[in-house]
Amino acid sequence: MYLDYIARRFGVMLLVIFLAVSINFLIPRLMPGDPVEAQLMQLLSQGGGNLGDIAAMVDSYRARFGLDQPLWRQYFAYWESVLTFDLGFSLANYPERVASAISGALPWTLGLLGTATLISFVFGTLLGGLMGWPQARRAWRIFGSGVLLLSSIPYFLIGMVLLYLFVIVWPVFPAGGGLPFGQTPGLNWQTVQGIAWHAALPLASIVLAETGAWAIGMRGMIVSVLGEDHITLAEAKGLRPGRIFNRYAMRSAMLPQVTRLALAMAHIVSGAILVEVIFSYPGVGFRLFQAIQAKDFFVIQGIVLMLTVTLAVATFILDLIYPLIDPRITLRRKG
Amino acid sequence: MARLLAFILANRALSAGLAILTAICIVAVLGPLLVDTALSRVGAVPPRLPPSQLYPFGTDGQGREMFTVIIVALPQTLKIGVTAGLISLAIGVALGLIAGFVGGLLDAVIRTASDVMMTIPGIAVMVLIAANVREMTVTLMAVIIASLSWMIATRMIRAQTLSLRDRGYVQIAILNGASPLRLVFVEVLPNLMPFIAASFVMTVSQAMLATIGLEALGLGPQNELTLGVTIYWAQFYSAVVRGMWWWWAIPIGALALIFVGLMLTSIGMDGFVNKRIGVRS
Repeated sequence: MYLDYIARRFGVMLLVIFLAVSINFLIPRLMPGDPVEAQLMQLLSQGGGNLGDIAAMVDSYRARFGLDQPLWRQYFAYWESVLTFDLGFSLANYPERVASAISGALPWTLGLLGTATLISFVFGTLLGGLMGWPQARRAWRIFGSGVLLLSSIPYFLIGMVLLYLFVIVWPVFPAGGGLPFGQTPGLNWQTVQGIAWHAALPLASIVLAETGAWAIGMRGMIVSVLGEDHITLAEAKGLRPGRIFNRYAMRSAMLPQVTRLALAMAHIVSGAILVEVIFSYPGVGFRLFQAIQAKDFFVIQGIVLMLTVTLAVATFILDLIYPLIDPRITLRRKG
Repeated sequence: MARLLAFILANRALSAGLAILTAICIVAVLGPLLVDTALSRVGAVPPRLPPSQLYPFGTDGQGREMFTVIIVALPQTLKIGVTAGLISLAIGVALGLIAGFVGGLLDAVIRTASDVMMTIPGIAVMVLIAANVREMTVTLMAVIIASLSWMIATRMIRAQTLSLRDRGYVQIAILNGASPLRLVFVEVLPNLMPFIAASFVMTVSQAMLATIGLEALGLGPQNELTLGVTIYWAQFYSAVVRGMWWWWAIPIGALALIFVGLMLTSIGMDGFVNKRIGVRS
């Protein structure tokens, strides 16, 4: 049973990766015109530059991607370069490789999103628990409804409001970037402080928008757990309400939340592209935005491919762990 | 009908949500007829003016009158959301019914396809398509987004069809020799209506979210004004840092209102759906 399930999930993962690479290959080629030449010519007309260089670049790209060869051969060549992590060069910052552009941005995104997801998970789960608990103060429910409404608004919009309030109206936080200007990152207190200072507003906008989503899930769970027998038993034993809440209700309602946390972690890289853009935070999302602005085609393609493949692999790993952490998830063959 | 109305009135979240959405739709439909849309073009009015009696919402950095911009952009934004919602709902209902009723290999194919599509981050594919098309339009945008968001409706309708198929009255209809078409359209579809309505609201909200995201990245329609495109230009010309709050805060306010309205409606409908058939999704 378990093997069957693993095989199916593994198949889905392979299918996703196959599709992602194929889509990445096909979409640019379905469009009219030569992608490389069109992009390079556009760069040329925008930035001046030397015609001879561009012609040489076009030729080298043509040869590299074999754009003069039949489509199926190009397709296999594309697979080969993907499998060897060779994603080509950035057109906007020419000698830079796409793979190194991505790996330079990735730690920023992982750090920001990882922290934000954990904080909103803790706040949201607690808030949701209190909202579903009949003995909790009414104030929690009113506060919670506010947080729920906030969670329906996309987070980069909240980010713009925060930027205005805490950078323009009351300038306490920096307007953007990842570190104070001119500071080189190192393993010291100053760097940590600089990073935290710059990450505060993007972090706050994600937390404000996400907490509500966690609270909704938890409230639903706690309400259904309250009807179960072990709560009735705990009440009959005369335990203090605080103890029932912490040990009996929260604890058994937590499990699905933890599974959802794992799932949220899988979405971490693609989670907040626009928040990074608003705060010019040097992560993957901001890099993608810059690439779109500069029509830096290979960087766009590389980031899109990276997002899809990481999500596919992370989802597969989660699918493997799911049944282990939550025995209530049944593996049905059909259903 | 009367019972439905009574339910809506008794459900505070649903009535508040529907009231907000109705008000927005009225503005979106009547607004463009009542204002001079020429004021939303670049250079129509003096740029960078804060809200005043003459220009109630101010003017943006390129000389557009913000009030007119919002009135013109609102129906376009709603058009993308609703068109994408309707298309993906149609796909979802069709695939969900087929998967639930026919079962077997067809079900497996549809299920795997929706699993795969759910794993591919929609925004990534949209970025790729939007970065490659020559000219983005409101309709094209709606189609792209719909093709990436039909999975929620498919799953929801499939699960419901499966549970309805085993109900007594459907079984009796089958035993009576009802044709498959009659089964689907007379016995099952009417009972799916609450779920279809609920997944429509969810899909529209998802589609709007995706749209705004693409537009804010600068991949929106080039020649048409939408709320997301307005925010993109405000961001592009650093309206936040320049202190021109009316340029970005007003479209954000309008969007926030739409999203809050959709969410309240969705929360309210959840109660309706659960009360009628007692479902877990």
